[in-house]
Amino acid sequence: MGPLIPNEIIPYEWNNIIAILIGIAFGFVLESSGFSSSRKLAGVFYGYDFAVLKVFFTAAVTAAIGLYYMDYLGYVNLGELYVQPTYLWGGIIGGAIMGVGFISAGFCPGTALTAVAIGKIDAIVYIVGIMIGVFIFAEAYSIFQPLYEGSYLGNITVVDYFGANPYWFIFGLTVVAVLAFFVTDIIRRRVKKVFY
Amino acid sequence: MKVTEQNRHIYWNPYFGGFLLGLIVLFTFYMTGRGLGASGAMKSTVVAAVDVVAPTHAENNAYYSKFISEDKSPLNNWLVFEVLGILIGGLISGGLSGRIGWKVQHSPKITKRRRLYFALGGGILFGIGAQLGRGCTSGAALSGMSVLSVGGFISTIAIFGTGYLAAYFFRKNWI
Repeated sequence: MGPLIPNEIIPYEWNNIIAILIGIAFGFVLESSGFSSSRKLAGVFYGYDFAVLKVFFTAAVTAAIGLYYMDYLGYVNLGELYVQPTYLWGGIIGGAIMGVGFISAGFCPGTALTAVAIGKIDAIVYIVGIMIGVFIFAEAYSIFQPLYEGSYLGNITVVDYFGANPYWFIFGLTVVAVLAFFVTDIIRRRVKKVFY
Repeated sequence: MKVTEQNRHIYWNPYFGGFLLGLIVLFTFYMTGRGLGASGAMKSTVVAAVDVVAPTHAENNAYYSKFISEDKSPLNNWLVFEVLGILIGGLISGGLSGRIGWKVQHSPKITKRRRLYFALGGGILFGIGAQLGRGCTSGAALSGMSVLSVGGFISTIAIFGTGYLAAYFFRKNWI
């Protein structure tokens, strides 16, 4: 039966209302988890605070387990969910550029928005930077285009592409997540504390 | 007042926050068939602004024109409404915890000016990277991983992997 709006179980007119409500929940959880603080976010790269890894990994595993359970129980049809197209090199190089941006600014776009909401001026400057970045990309699109449109692999999941069993894959991902939580707790105890 | 002052930096348990965030991603897919996002709204804002200031230029540009349609504004977009929600949600959470106030947050070892330059530069890079990688940490990495998308795992590994590789060069800003 699900997803509900594409299958018109909930009328399409509700789409934008639901967008705002989901956004409010998203922003509330991000801010309450401390993601409005760039110094807390950057901690994941220096070992003094692993909140990013814990929140991010827990969320991904929870959502993946939940979606496959709902598919199994017939509440949602996984085949109808959006899977983003994979452009191998665009994804890798784009991700690498984002990684440098992340460590430079200490924010990613979603977390910066919650920081803007509580008045962080550095986050406002960061959002202006993102818009300048989008502008540069669009104006210089002819340079980026071959990379942007090249090495296209389709809208693939690990199930389609590697033939992985999704249940074992998610189980493996969960084990990796729990191990990562355990190891990062050990690392954090050995790293010099940073107060922020 | 004194209590809120003391509690300004007390945040949720990360596993609790992560679990709730996972439920939000799940709910979003269940409702809309798609995941969350953030950088897409900033792209829409730029496209809308260029379309107003220089409409012919926007139509002739191969990138802007992908996101312009005759019948509706680029700002009439699911992610734009979701981002407005993020701002409201962040404000409510920050307000309840007494964290609202104009501030430039930076390490005591660097100046305010340096922090702002690096924030601007990081934003520009993230803006370019999020276009090339077709989404940011929320849209490409988190939502992608939730449906086991190959692109989601590539984004996650590339963003955080590069972050760790580059961390050494930016250490003065943070530790």
